[in-house]
Amino acid sequence: MIAFDASQKRPEFIKVRIRRQDGPGEKPYWELHQITYEPELNVISVLQRIASQATNSDGKKVAPVTWDCGCLEEVCGSCTMQINGRVRQSCSALVDRLLEDNEDELVLEPMSKFPVIRDLMVDRQRLFRALERVKAWVPVDSYYNLGPGERQLRDTQEQNYPLSQCMSCGCCVDACPQYKKIELKKEAGETDEAFEARKEAAYDESFVGPHAISQAMLFNNHPTGKALAGERLEALTGPGGIQACGNAQNCVAVCPKEIPLTTSIGRAGRAATMYKIKKFFDK
Amino acid sequence: MPEQRVIVVGGGLAGLASAMKLSELGVKVDLFSLTPVKRSHSVCAQGGINSCNDQTRQLGDDEWKHFDDTVYGGDFLNHQPPVKEMAFWAPKIIELMDRLGVPFNRTGEGFIDRRRFGGTLYKRTAFAGATTGQQLLYALDEQVRRQEAAGNIRKFEFWDFLGPIQDETGRCRGIVAQDMVSMEIKSFAADAVVVGTGGCGLVYGRSTMSVFCTGSAASRCFQAGAKYANGEFIQVHPTAIPGSDKLRLMSESARGEGGRVWVPRKPHDARMPKDIPAGERYYFLEERYPEYGNLVPRDIATREIFDICVNDGLSIDEERMSVYLDLTHIPKAELDRKLGGILEIYEKFQGVDPRIEPMRIFPAVHYSMGGLWADYQKSADGGLEMGAPQNHMTNIEGLYAIGECDYHYHGANRLGANSLLSCIFTGLFTGPSIVAYMANQVSGAGDVTEAMKSAAQKKQQERHDHLLSNNSGGDENPYLIHQELGDIMTRVATVVRRNDQLSEAIGKVDDLHKRSMNVSLADTGNWSNQNVIFAKSLQDMFPIAKCILKGALQRDECRGAHFKPDFQKPSLTAEDPGERRRQAEVWLDEFDKNNEKYLKSTVADWNDGSQSPDLTYEDVDTGSIKPRPRLYGLVGADIIEDVFAERTREEDAPATV
Repeated sequence: MIAFDASQKRPEFIKVRIRRQDGPGEKPYWELHQITYEPELNVISVLQRIASQATNSDGKKVAPVTWDCGCLEEVCGSCTMQINGRVRQSCSALVDRLLEDNEDELVLEPMSKFPVIRDLMVDRQRLFRALERVKAWVPVDSYYNLGPGERQLRDTQEQNYPLSQCMSCGCCVDACPQYKKIELKKEAGETDEAFEARKEAAYDESFVGPHAISQAMLFNNHPTGKALAGERLEALTGPGGIQACGNAQNCVAVCPKEIPLTTSIGRAGRAATMYKIKKFFDK
Repeated sequence: MPEQRVIVVGGGLAGLASAMKLSELGVKVDLFSLTPVKRSHSVCAQGGINSCNDQTRQLGDDEWKHFDDTVYGGDFLNHQPPVKEMAFWAPKIIELMDRLGVPFNRTGEGFIDRRRFGGTLYKRTAFAGATTGQQLLYALDEQVRRQEAAGNIRKFEFWDFLGPIQDETGRCRGIVAQDMVSMEIKSFAADAVVVGTGGCGLVYGRSTMSVFCTGSAASRCFQAGAKYANGEFIQVHPTAIPGSDKLRLMSESARGEGGRVWVPRKPHDARMPKDIPAGERYYFLEERYPEYGNLVPRDIATREIFDICVNDGLSIDEERMSVYLDLTHIPKAELDRKLGGILEIYEKFQGVDPRIEPMRIFPAVHYSMGGLWADYQKSADGGLEMGAPQNHMTNIEGLYAIGECDYHYHGANRLGANSLLSCIFTGLFTGPSIVAYMANQVSGAGDVTEAMKSAAQKKQQERHDHLLSNNSGGDENPYLIHQELGDIMTRVATVVRRNDQLSEAIGKVDDLHKRSMNVSLADTGNWSNQNVIFAKSLQDMFPIAKCILKGALQRDECRGAHFKPDFQKPSLTAEDPGERRRQAEVWLDEFDKNNEKYLKSTVADWNDGSQSPDLTYEDVDTGSIKPRPRLYGLVGADIIEDVFAERTREEDAPATV
């Protein structure tokens, strides 16, 4: 608030152009909204104002825009969308800053790599499925009290903590040219379970994504987590694994938490090579 | 024995800990959440999690002192058996979370590093940067995913809990929930149901809480007959960043790592903070509370900041109230290592680097100490009886409440870094209790009849359809009603409370409640309709809001976060030692009298006829630690303490024959 130049001229109104879609498979359309300018708005408060006025810029009554949000302080990962063409969280997208880049309007679109549920809300189940694929957990014996974990050097903690801040927001995969959108349609007569299973099978063959590779590296670097290192590398050397990465480096550029994703990918690549060589000689 | 199935509602720390522990105990779990569980509000917790530890032990600390600090900080309204149990579990919980892979900050030698938090003189708080809640939640999320992959847990994410299913005896047999995408309403049977749905910050409009924290799940249990206790105890966190959509938390850890709170001595001094010399800065917490300094308990820090701005007129700006929270004297590398996460939040949302310029902060609604009433069984040693079925069971049989939405642990004021602990503790500890409860039942999930399920479902479907039909001609805007509710609640039921304002607010909130039943929805479709979901949660905020207001109105005293200046205990005024002592005696007589009347939990029952809560009062178990006056900063505290000590000695002395 303090750093913005208060003397700078600000518009009376803000135009917001939103790419809407009523449901999966429906045709998207653009809708223009207008709200009164206030200082220090973020895109969330813009959407809240649009929801409470319930009309578009022509004064026509329209359904409020659907979008996903949670913590509003960029730690939960819910509110990711494309804002003026760039994928990011809408809570930390400050309107005054956005107007500096484009004073005419704000353009809001859903993420491009996930099926649209409605308007700006997308189905990101695939992100979480990828975490299961790489077994992103520590395989502890039990949840009973069995004493402390292993001592860890500060260096190790400082290497792991940044990776552990990944909030599964999806920015990295949305910007990744190798991560292709998968949108399946439920077939006539197909049960919910069968449809879910078909989706999961499709996800499991596609590119796992930078976030999941990074999580695999995080757990392979944990004293107990590394017990599953082989299984994780097996997943990363299979279809849709590390070799699908085209090294475009978009992921690291858009990560809101500045997680060193390409460093993780590099580490994973080396570990995968070692793993394959070892596997070859162990045959 | 048929397969047992427990429904856990809520995927924050409490719900995940519960789901994980139950699956280890061989129970199948259906986990319901409004959001992918990894995005639950626990991610917002920043500072850390408390336990006594090897280092503090060698300075005289132990579990008992953690217990004591917690109930003293909570002004003795905490139920002591559960708090004692929690304090003794605390070191083990941190060890478990360490094993689960939480990247706690480390000392040079590789031990878990600790920092100091409010309301204690020991460095008890373990932390993972300044995103400890996020890191703890992720560790549990990972274990739940592991259990899900093993087929032990089914997740229902983007599902809204609409209410419990109860049989003719009132026992909870499952839940009705709604798919927030397809809008399908469905019944789910279970052997037991656990609610861990967090706080109710949205009742205040803006708070430090996430958008999910409407309190509606607790309210739906409350309206179904569960009791709601200590609603009026709402923690206002001293340090938050004001914003138009949310008041973002600035963790207590900023002060734990040496952050100093100050204002310019000259009102609305226009100079940049760095240009104001030390002599012209008023470090009011340090001056007024030399022992605890910037780390007084939260209720006290909040009142002081409020007071300095509102009554002393020393806010930095005239129109927007704030004080400085200053970290600029701490080396940048240390700040980045220990507080990076929160400093980034400030920088991102305020556009100012807090490593270079002091932050501007102001108090904000943060945590509900109250919640669903729940039972427990006290053990012989003053803790909880492990595996007793009634531990954390609400008054609805088979319905359990854990985490922020229970009411036992934090009394009238929660200490920093105790909430993450109470959430994980209650989730883990209740596992064996729920298993024992299920083992005692002759019927379970498999015996829930279709008739029972469809009746419960039908009731919810009717409510939903009625709203979509715009209540047959309603014209109220739910978002505007929410704003009005938030404005009223923030004005009358936060830092300072006055009876005339509370009475007036009860009338106004009642009107708003009626109006909320008459909302008109801009979206009447049946596909991911957030409008109708919000409208329902808004309507369900009112019973909770009414508990807060009525509880506050009827409690004519000051206790922890509940502060009524009209009932404040005076400082001692006399200079003469004899007279001063006499004043101290009177002060303590008053203290005893007040405790007799008000050292009780407020327990609310929802009255459907009057659409308001009926309140009764329940004794608090203070069997382990005798309530003593909380005297932070009071003039004459020393003499009151002396007299109190004498009286306690007399009471404890063996009777002479």
